[in-house]
Parts: sequence; C-alpha cells; structure tokens
Amino acid sequence: MDPKAYLTVAAILFVLGVEGFLLRRNMIIILMSVELMLNAVNLTLVTFARMNLDMDAHVVAFFAMALAAAESSVGLAIVIAVFRLKRTANVDDMSIMKG
Amino acid sequence: MESVFFTIFSIMAIAGGFFTIAKKNPLASAMSLTVTFLAIAGMYSLLNAPILAVFQILVYAGAIMVLVVFVIMLINQPDEEYAKEKIGKARLTIGIVLGVGLLSVLLKVIGSINIPMPSETPIGFGSIEQVGQTLFRSYLYPFEIISILLLVAIVGAVILAARHRL
Repeated sequence: MDPKAYLTVAAILFVLGVEGFLLRRNMIIILMSVELMLNAVNLTLVTFARMNLDMDAHVVAFFAMALAAAESSVGLAIVIAVFRLKRTANVDDMSIMKG
Repeated sequence: MESVFFTIFSIMAIAGGFFTIAKKNPLASAMSLTVTFLAIAGMYSLLNAPILAVFQILVYAGAIMVLVVFVIMLINQPDEEYAKEKIGKARLTIGIVLGVGLLSVLLKVIGSINIPMPSETPIGFGSIEQVGQTLFRSYLYPFEIISILLLVAIVGAVILAARHRL
C-alpha cells in the first residue's frame, strides 16, 4: 500500500477542517473542525511511523489525543459560559470586545 | 485486501468530514464527525497501530463526542436559529480559494515523497507492550506533564462552566 494514499486522505481531512473553521459561524462546529484537523495530523503521524517503522510517533499521537481532550473540554466550557451571557452560539453576534 | 478496506475507510472519512462542515444542525455535524473518527480508527489498525485505534474509539468517538453532544443538548436551540447562520458570498469564495491553494501545496509536498511503505513490520510493532515501553522509557516526563495539563483543563472547565462564582 502506497503511503501517499494515506497522506492524501489526511491532507483532504485537514483542508476540510480549515474550511469549516474559516467558513462556519457556529462555535460548536468551529470546535469540531479543530478536532478534525487534529485527527488529520494524527493520521499523518501514524502513517510516517509505519513508513519508518518507528513507534515514537505513536506516543506523540497519543499525547495529541490527550491535548485534544483538554482543548475540547475547555472550549466547550467557554461555549456554555458565552451562551449563558449572549443566548447564542453564533460567533458573529459576539462583538463585546469590538471598540 | 488492505486496499479494499482503505477505500471504504477513506470514503467514510472524507464524506464524514464534508458533512461535518456542511450540515446546518450541529447534532448532524457531530454524528458525521463520529463516522470520520471511526474511519480513522480503522485506518490506524490498517497501519499496524491497534492500540491507537482503540484509543481513537474510546477517547474521540466515545468521550469527546459525548461531551460535544451534551453541550449541543444543553444549548438546545430550535432549527430556525441554526438556519439563521449566514455565510457571505465573498467569505465563501475566499475560503474555497484558500482551501484549494492549501490542498494543492499539501498534495505537491506529498507527491514529492519517495519512501515506500515496508511491507513487513517487526514482530510486536505497535503493540500495547512496545508502545508502553516507548511511552514510559523515552517519554516519561511528557507523560507526567500531560497529566498536569489534563488536571488544569478539568479545573478550568469547571470554573468556566460553573453557574455561580466559586
């Protein structure tokens, strides 16, 4: 199996995550796009681990998963806190910091 | 055999990723994202990383998606609220142009890789035992630091989401 196939799938997933992050206005979907990007990078890491027969990348992917869990829990807590304040999950309606 | 499974998983992953960013309702997005996570878990097992496949299902498809679905249910807006989300024409055009540019750069870099995938792996590659040995020998300090990071994340999440000032 050619490693380029796996890397291409990972690249497509990463670009889909970037698109979702840039285009969507719903905070929860923006957070999910970040998760998609992290997953694409993990897939790349595991593919390179298989290519070089080196398991260090498995450990790094493991750390990335722990990081993603921490990031999503704090991010969703912020979503809840902002929703309580503004009654919306749309990022365009959040302009308190605009001067 | 591997290529058959790879085709199935890659179609699942890309379709799930597309619907994650295309669906108006966040719950539909979350379900599409779960499909992507499961497909990526399948790819991990094709790449001789069974322990990561298990963690992918446990942590992503299990824990994180449950958290996301719970927050969607806590926020619980009617469908009309989600339909109000407007993406301007200019923003859509710029976003797609940037995305195509980024994808073409990434594919050009991937096309320049000329390392073949070894067809055989050494015995025990990616097993729990070997990954554990690497984790607790070479990466012991990062492992301990990541536990502190998780503790900080728990405390931060509780303080941010708490209804009253603690």
